[in-house]
Amino acid sequence: MSEAVDNRTDSPSQPPGATPPRSNLFKTAGLAFLRQREATVLVVAIALIIYFSVSSSNFYGTSNLSTWLSQDSAYIAIIAVGEVLLLICGEIDLSVGFIYTFAPFLMHYLIDFYGFPGWLAIIVSLVMGVAVGWLNGFLTVSVGLPSFITTLGTGFVLLGLVNTTSHAEAVAIPSSVTGIGHWIGSGTWSEFIWAVILVVLGHILLTRTRWGLHTISAGGNLLGAQEAGIKVKRIKYGNFMITGVLGAFVGLQVAFQTSTIDPTAGGYTPMFYAVTAAVIGGTAMLGGVGTVLGAALGAIVLGTLIDGFSILGVSANPLDIIFGGAILIAMIANVQLARLREAGRSV
Amino acid sequence: MTTTSADAAAAASAASGDILRVEHISKRYGAVTALSDVNLHLGRGEVLGLLGDNGAGKSTLLKILCGFQPPTTGRIILEGEEVVFKGVDDARARGIDAVYQDLALVNQLTVYHNMFLNREKVNGVLLNNRAMKRLAREHLDEMGIRIPSVNVEVAKLSGGQRQAIAVARSVFSSPKILLLDEPLAAMGVKEGAIILDLVRQLKEQGEVSIIIIAHNYGQVLEVCDRVNLVQHGEITFDKRSADTSVTELTEIVVAEYRKALAERHRVDSRPSPTSEN
Repeated sequence: MSEAVDNRTDSPSQPPGATPPRSNLFKTAGLAFLRQREATVLVVAIALIIYFSVSSSNFYGTSNLSTWLSQDSAYIAIIAVGEVLLLICGEIDLSVGFIYTFAPFLMHYLIDFYGFPGWLAIIVSLVMGVAVGWLNGFLTVSVGLPSFITTLGTGFVLLGLVNTTSHAEAVAIPSSVTGIGHWIGSGTWSEFIWAVILVVLGHILLTRTRWGLHTISAGGNLLGAQEAGIKVKRIKYGNFMITGVLGAFVGLQVAFQTSTIDPTAGGYTPMFYAVTAAVIGGTAMLGGVGTVLGAALGAIVLGTLIDGFSILGVSANPLDIIFGGAILIAMIANVQLARLREAGRSV
Repeated sequence: MTTTSADAAAAASAASGDILRVEHISKRYGAVTALSDVNLHLGRGEVLGLLGDNGAGKSTLLKILCGFQPPTTGRIILEGEEVVFKGVDDARARGIDAVYQDLALVNQLTVYHNMFLNREKVNGVLLNNRAMKRLAREHLDEMGIRIPSVNVEVAKLSGGQRQAIAVARSVFSSPKILLLDEPLAAMGVKEGAIILDLVRQLKEQGEVSIIIIAHNYGQVLEVCDRVNLVQHGEITFDKRSADTSVTELTEIVVAEYRKALAERHRVDSRPSPTSEN
C-alpha cells in the first residue's frame, strides 16, 4: 500500500482564491454538473430512458436501438444544430422543414428529368438549401423582415413548389443514387453517425470559434456586437445558410432511409421538434444563450418519447397529448433546475 | 452666444501638436440634424472633455470619430492625414478605440471573451482561450482592476466593474486616441473614482490622447486639460479647464435652457390660427 502523500499544489501561476476549497468533492462535483446548461436535459433523458427500459423489454432490442437513435432522434438533432445557432443570434427558421421536403424532389427532378449524375444532383440539392438560407438571410437581415415572417413565407413557397411540381405524389428514389444513399441515410446507423459528426462540429463551431462567440454576441447584445465591429449581418446570413443546408441534408437522409420521396415528409413537425429540442436543451428563445449538446440531448428526449410510446403501444392519437405534456414537464424541470444552477453559481 | 475664448483659438492655431482634427463635420438623419459644422481638435497626450446636454450630439460625434457611422459632410484628419473610416475595425487599426455609453459588453460571455471581443486570439480556426484568459488576467491586474475571476460572465459583475472592464478592453490594444462616452454614468462615487484614476494614470503615461463625454462638470474639469461644450450639434465653447469653472459651465447651459423655455412660452401663448373662427 503506498502511502503517497498528495503533494500536488495549485500551480503558482494561479492567483490565490481562484480554486474552490476541496473539502467536499461530491458537492463541488455536483455543483459543477449543475452549472452545465445541459445538466437538466441530461437528467430528463436518462429518466426517460430508464422509464422505457423498465416498461418494455423491447426498448433495448437491437432493432429498436437503431430506430430510436437513428430514425427517431438523429434528424431532430441535425436540424437543431442549425436552429440553435439561429436562436442564439436572435433569429429562427420556420422554413427548414420545407427545405427538407424540397431537397429530395429537386434531386429526383435533376436525375430523372435532366439527366444529372447522382452525386451532382445531391450536391445541387444541398446548395439549394444554402440558397434558401441565403434568401432567408437577405429578407431578414438586408430587407429587415422579422425572421419569423421571412421563413413563414419562404416555407410556404417551397411547399407550393413541391406540391405543384410533384402533383403532390410520392416517387421512388432514383436507382442511380441508392448506393450513395446508403452513406447518407439508408444505412442502419448512417443517420445517427451523421448526427454525431454534425453535433460535434456544431458544438465546436459554437464554443471554440470566433463564429460561435460572434453568434452569441449578435443575440446577446446586437448593438454592442456592432460597436465592437462584429459583422453581425454576415453571422446571421451564415447561420441561415447552415440551417438551410442541414435541412436539405436531413431531407435527403429521410428520403433514402424510407426509400421514397414524399411530399408530406418534412414540413413544420421536424422544424418544431428541432426548436423544441433546442429549448428543452437550454437555448433561450430570445437569443444569446444556448448549446448544441443540450439540443442534441433534447433531440434524444423527443426521440425517446416518440419511440418509447410507440413501443408501449400507445396509439398515435393520444400520443400528442403525452408528448405535449412531456415537453411542458421537461421545461418546468428545466426552469426549476436553472434556479438551482443560479443558486449554485452564487455559492 | 458663442463663447470661444482667445486662448483656445490660439491653441488651435498651434496645430502642429494635434493628433486629431475634425473639420466641418455634420450628420443628418433624414430631416434631423444631429451635428452641424463641428470643428474640434485634440492635442497629443491631451485629455479633452466634451460637455453638453442630452441630445446635443456628443454621442453622435463620438460614433463618427470611432468609425461606427460616417459623417454626412466634413473631414477627419488623423496625424495630419485625412482619413475615411470604413468601420470600427478600420478606426481601431488606425489607433482609435472607444468605450461606448452602453459599454458594448456581451452579458452572456465571460470577462476574458469580452476583453477580446472581435480581437480574439486564435490557434488556426479555434479560439486560444488559455492565452486570452492569461492576458486578460495580467492586463486587469496591471490596471489594478479587481474582479473575482476572468471566467465569470460579465452579467455577474457590478456596474462599476463592467465599466472598468470596458475601459480596460479599449486600453488593451494601446490606442493612440481613446474615446470615452459617459464613463462615469450609473456609477457610485467609489467606482467613479476607479475610472477617474485610470484616466489620470493614462494621462501621466502620456501615450494616449483622450476625449471624454460627461455630464458631471466637476469630475470633467478635474481630469481634463480642456473642455468643449456641444449645444444643438455645434461646439459653442472651448477653454482650458484651468480657465473655466463649474459655475461658468453651468451658467451657460442654464442660460440656454432658460432661453429655450422662454421661446416655447412665447410660441404657446400666441393665439392659435385654428381657434380663430
